[in-house]
Amino acid sequence: MSDDLKILDDVANSEYKWGFVSNIESDNAPKGLNEDIVRFISAKKNEPEWLLEYRLKAFRHWQTMTEPVWPNVTYPKVDFQDIIYYSAPKPKVQLDSLDDLDPEIKATFDKLGISLEEQKRLANVAVDAVIDSVSVKTTFRETLLEKGIIFSSFSEAVHEHPELVKKYLGSVVPYTDNFYAALNAAVFSDGSFCYIPKGVRCPMELSTYFRINSAGTGQFERTLIIADEGSYVSYLEGCTAPMRDENQLHAAVVEIVSHAEAQVKYSTVQNWYPGDKDGKGGIFNFVTKRGICLGYKSKISWTQVETGSAVTWKYPSVILKGDNSVGEFYSVAVTNNMQQADTGTKMIHIGKNTSSTIISKGISGGRSHNSYRGLVKINKSADNARNFSQCDSLLLGDQCGAHTFPYLEVSNKTAKVEHEATTSKVGEDQIFYCNQRGISTEDAVGLIVNGYCKEVFNQLPMEFAVEAQKLLAISLEGSVG
Amino acid sequence: MLTIKDLKASVEEKQILNGLNFEVKPGEVHAIMGPNGSGKSTLASVLAGREEYEVTGGEVIFNGEDLLEMSPEDRARAGVFLAFQYPVEIPGVSNANFLKTAVNEVRKSKGLEALDSKQFLKIMQEKMKLVEMDKAMTQRSVNEGFSGGEKKRNEIFQMAMLEPSLAILDETDSGLDIDALRIVANGVNALRDGKRSFIVITHYQRLLDYIVPDFVHVLYKGRIVKSGTKELALELEEKGYDWIKEEVDATLNA
Ligand SMILES: Nc1ncnc2c1ncn2[C@@H]1O[C@H](COP(=O)(O)OP(=O)(O)OP(=O)(O)O)[C@@H](O)[C@H]1O
Ligand SMILES: [Mg+2]
Repeated sequence: MSDDLKILDDVANSEYKWGFVSNIESDNAPKGLNEDIVRFISAKKNEPEWLLEYRLKAFRHWQTMTEPVWPNVTYPKVDFQDIIYYSAPKPKVQLDSLDDLDPEIKATFDKLGISLEEQKRLANVAVDAVIDSVSVKTTFRETLLEKGIIFSSFSEAVHEHPELVKKYLGSVVPYTDNFYAALNAAVFSDGSFCYIPKGVRCPMELSTYFRINSAGTGQFERTLIIADEGSYVSYLEGCTAPMRDENQLHAAVVEIVSHAEAQVKYSTVQNWYPGDKDGKGGIFNFVTKRGICLGYKSKISWTQVETGSAVTWKYPSVILKGDNSVGEFYSVAVTNNMQQADTGTKMIHIGKNTSSTIISKGISGGRSHNSYRGLVKINKSADNARNFSQCDSLLLGDQCGAHTFPYLEVSNKTAKVEHEATTSKVGEDQIFYCNQRGISTEDAVGLIVNGYCKEVFNQLPMEFAVEAQKLLAISLEGSVG
Repeated sequence: MLTIKDLKASVEEKQILNGLNFEVKPGEVHAIMGPNGSGKSTLASVLAGREEYEVTGGEVIFNGEDLLEMSPEDRARAGVFLAFQYPVEIPGVSNANFLKTAVNEVRKSKGLEALDSKQFLKIMQEKMKLVEMDKAMTQRSVNEGFSGGEKKRNEIFQMAMLEPSLAILDETDSGLDIDALRIVANGVNALRDGKRSFIVITHYQRLLDYIVPDFVHVLYKGRIVKSGTKELALELEEKGYDWIKEEVDATLNA
């Protein structure tokens, strides 16, 4: 913990500390996208026929679709033929122990502050790390296997547990869902897979770190989490990317299946490179995350801290199918400089007595735009459904924008839905009060904003919360002025 | 310690301080009284460095340094503490966390190492006793939902934690019940060590029974118009400000 803090302290002085490029040799597909590329990816991964078929169907469907234009963001059109869809660190060998890891990759993790050994020893976190497209190492697997928990790269799961992958892949986010979900289904490279058997409480946090490293590549990872009846898992996801002048595309899909009385807690700290002060470069983060509460009292909780990316387009959602199931969405979205975020959630109530909570804190500085977009849908069948939504926006200057787009569709009279929204500015009075106690304006803003986000940070595991707080302070540097 | 010479300040184009002179030596307690709107809080704000208050003339020397040149946080780090007339709420930030940040910033500026949580907690517990503060208060968000009296007590608690060399208390006594008044005054007295100085702004002589001042000044129309000892406060309590106002206005009109 103290080591972690030291790392984080070093961080606090840099602008975007994750902006290094690692000198890892990689094995790339040629640029562009067509059926051959899809076949190339599938062949590279030695995939079974059914998965190739799935990819091809998705690809053909994707070709019929157009990019969504409804989000409140503007960005140059992505040239999908100018992207490398597969990039693997080379040489790709099966790793049996951490010692076999490419030293450069290991160095990358060290720079990220996630020395795998440290993580293993100190934090008791099992880590799967995905660089560019390929999952590099999953720690702690054996320990987890004793409990019957499967935590591996997606590719490995395809080979080792094809029945599970086949059953659940696309069951929550079908490739027909949206443009980027279809693209992902066609070209997804790797990601994490997790299965918690009946009645098992996962004894540690499971964690995935995603990193885009190579230039000109897109990252399309796919995560699938299945919590069988009565199980529990807390899952963490962290993301970083190098600083580059061009925009890079990240289009991931996360699917969560929570069976009866199972609980899944999914936390993200997203810190993709946001571009420079003038909006040059940065990641386009177009992500589809959705979970389904399948049974009685299933629960899915999303917590996200979004500080990075040039453009974010992301709506972690929950389908509340089982009776008495619970969906939660806790979000902090920070935009500074020229960043744009359009993020929020969808809570779809189908089962009886289902309930959902939405707490969203949007913070905008610089000339950024920050939109909350949320749908609460209560189906006819959802007797006694409840939702509470609170969407707060905090403005740190007068050139930024905060927007709220709440959508409400209620088809059952017994529903109880509450929505609260506030917009505020960091008060001069608050800053002066801090100044008068010896705290600089920059630190004061960090402190005040962190206080503002407390309800959300409280949902994060301890280590992650500390990291998130530091991140927030860094992202907000120079935002008030 | 503090020398104020011919200080003039305005807010929103309106001149509030009109050439104020005033000196505080180490260990002294000065009480400042005066009618509403006479400029007492303005003086406190100017000393603390609040931006809206524009200094249009004069100088303020604090421990040999030009105070007016310093940023508000540097003034605080140099030992100027202001107990606010209206303490500000900071939702979501615990009192303890806020103070730890503040204390460590002040320490850093003095080249001292930051306190870790354990050391900090120990000091906090000592100081809490000083103002008979409940432990729960330190875990609550800064001033959020505090009663008027609790906020004032919290200011004194912060002062005890930060150990300033010059403390300015702006109407810390208003809104306090009789017990709280005694507690706050005891807290202040405990911090009187012969070196630390205080400027106590108040409307009531009652506070000065507890915190006995070395000097009492009357601020009126942005100037110190009368100075005296403790007895002056008693006289004011009895006679009000009219006689002083008349005196001043007569000389102004002459
Ligand atoms: N921010 C401001 N904007 C406009 N006028 C101000 C501002 N601050 C102070 N003033 C004015 O300056 C004058 C002096 O105010 P100040 O608060 O210093 O008085 P005070 O002596 O502290 O009064 P009180 O005893 O009521 O606390 C008042 O007329 C007040 O209205
Ligand atoms: Mg006042």
